[in-house]
Amino acid sequence: MGKTRLNRQHLERLFDTLLPLLAVLGAFAIGAVILALQGVNPLEAYKAMVVGAFGSKNGLADTLVKSIPLLLVGLGIAIAFRGGVINIGAEGQLIVGALFSTYIGLQLGESMSPALVILLGLAAGALMGGLWGTIPGYLKAQLGVNEILSTIMMNQIAIQIGFFLLRGVMIDPAEIAAGTNIPHSARLTKAIDIPRFTDIAKSLGFTESAKDLGLEGWSKEIYGLLAEPTRLHAGLIFAIIIAILVYIFLWRTTIGYRIRAVGLNPHASRYAGIDVKKNMVLSMTLSGAFAGLAGAVEIFGLHHRMFEPLAVSAGYGFSGIVAALFGKLHPLGMIPSSILFGGLLVGGDKMQRAMQVPQVLIQVILGLVVLFVVSTDYFVRRRQNRRVSVTSRADDLILAAKTIEEVTNE
Amino acid sequence: MNDQLTLMTIVLGIIHSGIRLATPYLYAAIGETFSQRSGVLNLGVEGVMLMGSFFGFYAVYQTGNPWLGLLAALVVGLLMGLIMGVVSITLKAEQGISGIGMYMFGLGLSSLLFKTMVGSVEGVEGFSELRFCVTDTLCLADVPILGDIFFNHSIVTYGAFALVPLAWWILNKTTWGLKVRAAGQNPEAVDSLGVNVDAVRYVSVMVGSALAGVAGASLSISLLGIFQENMTNGMGFTAVALVYFGSWRPYGVLVGALLFSGVNALQLWVQVLKLNIPSDVAVMLPYLLTIVALALPFRRSMQPAALTKPFERGEN
Repeated sequence: MGKTRLNRQHLERLFDTLLPLLAVLGAFAIGAVILALQGVNPLEAYKAMVVGAFGSKNGLADTLVKSIPLLLVGLGIAIAFRGGVINIGAEGQLIVGALFSTYIGLQLGESMSPALVILLGLAAGALMGGLWGTIPGYLKAQLGVNEILSTIMMNQIAIQIGFFLLRGVMIDPAEIAAGTNIPHSARLTKAIDIPRFTDIAKSLGFTESAKDLGLEGWSKEIYGLLAEPTRLHAGLIFAIIIAILVYIFLWRTTIGYRIRAVGLNPHASRYAGIDVKKNMVLSMTLSGAFAGLAGAVEIFGLHHRMFEPLAVSAGYGFSGIVAALFGKLHPLGMIPSSILFGGLLVGGDKMQRAMQVPQVLIQVILGLVVLFVVSTDYFVRRRQNRRVSVTSRADDLILAAKTIEEVTNE
Repeated sequence: MNDQLTLMTIVLGIIHSGIRLATPYLYAAIGETFSQRSGVLNLGVEGVMLMGSFFGFYAVYQTGNPWLGLLAALVVGLLMGLIMGVVSITLKAEQGISGIGMYMFGLGLSSLLFKTMVGSVEGVEGFSELRFCVTDTLCLADVPILGDIFFNHSIVTYGAFALVPLAWWILNKTTWGLKVRAAGQNPEAVDSLGVNVDAVRYVSVMVGSALAGVAGASLSISLLGIFQENMTNGMGFTAVALVYFGSWRPYGVLVGALLFSGVNALQLWVQVLKLNIPSDVAVMLPYLLTIVALALPFRRSMQPAALTKPFERGEN
């Protein structure tokens, strides 16, 4: 009897783990139907996507480059979700972060050591993004303002502020001189670019190309990815370190524990003596800070100047939500998840070129993944409810104990 | 004298476009009122609007008949509502995130279909202004001042305003309305009386979504006569906010919709007149106003008690 129960639990756990994967498969299946209706062979289109995203060093480099903002934004979104608030404002937080870090980069330039300028730039991005997240967090905690709506409005405001600054004080003087007035900033000095993988490899002495070394097949692509000139930059390593730190923060510190407790059960947390409002604001602040950080990393690592706000945020505020959900809101799970969705974004671009399928198909698939993931969540929750059978909502004291137990067991 | 005349024209222009622009807000927000009063927060309105906008446009583009466009938008809205219902009512998914999923899906699919089925921005001859002509030359629309305000709109716009008292009557004076309100306020009580809570919610969400589809079409086949990718640009989210602003009451929503379209019209005129306000700041206004409106303290007590809470029989 006890043995069957154990097996069943194992099966259920396995099923729960595989659910997001099933969700993605479901989304791709519907995507295939849409493709077929357009007269495109879905298998060929998906093949072009996978090969484009993962099949060569350049594809892989682009995939990893896109996974950086996805991971950073996703970490922020996961913190908010864990704290029981929904942050749809990562787009705007990323934009204000990118704006402020560009400003700092332009002001400091080569006035101090490049590493310090980069660090200050990243801090500036996180600070501004955090501030942008605090506003809806505070409005939610104090006035009960729906944070989904307020963050969406904050996105639009951030876009307009971006245009306002880039057409005004932040515009590239060269644009004014040329009379073209395209709204973008000047390029940051090259000295403060986040180093690319190829630069790091060169400084370590790997100066030959894969061809020189006579490498073939996969080893050629991997070597090329690490040592030859691609857009891949050290922001990737930074983002992975941040993911590990977020994991430690959420599961090994008291503040992280409180945020998760509030997210799991605000009533119980209140009984347990946790300041629910304070932690709600805090999780939105942190959430915004990570999105702002993503913006700063995009500026220092990839774009090196600020331009059209929506082109910089590039929908990461939304695709980051998908990456976070698919990674089950777990900082470490989100590392592979961001790479997968980074690949999807790159693959969509490649598919467009190879098969003339508009890249917006990816947007459709992302939306479907969200719908599938949140729908399948029901099956997980229903079982959990059976395990922790909740009889009365008024029984908050019992719930408090259970929440604490659940948080510690997770 | 001349200055006064131009000022008059400008003020009239703002009022006229304010009434026109209220059309999509009204359809979407009145629809969302039904959804929310039944207890479901449908945040996918923006995505549904885009789908309705595209299909409405496409039907007119193909057939030239604006009524078919309206019908297409209605049907697409119903279907999108059905999906939202399955996700948020039957599968009890978190309503906020499912709405965002619906938004991404609608945004992506409407753009995809537009790119593959139409390709470039094309105009269509949609609903035109009624003008209320008594004879060939004598039209009520030409009456000074009043004509522009009251008699120079399309049937779609009049429909939007007529919807407000209709929605009020349905919600407050019919049995069905009572069921909707009760499903959002006290689903357990509704259930104990043998009424199917989920069914009430399904119908409310689908009706609301169908109206969101019409809201989208009102843009593409009545106000503008074109379709563009992401042409709603946040209107659907604002419509959801208007329901909060209007305290879940149709007349409250009407006030909010007029206020917003008024600010929007003002904002457009600021750009047209090249006033000394940067256009970026002007564009920002409606969004700022939405946040302020959401933060107003008087409305919270009127929120349906079971809003966003999936109904689970025997939970308590």
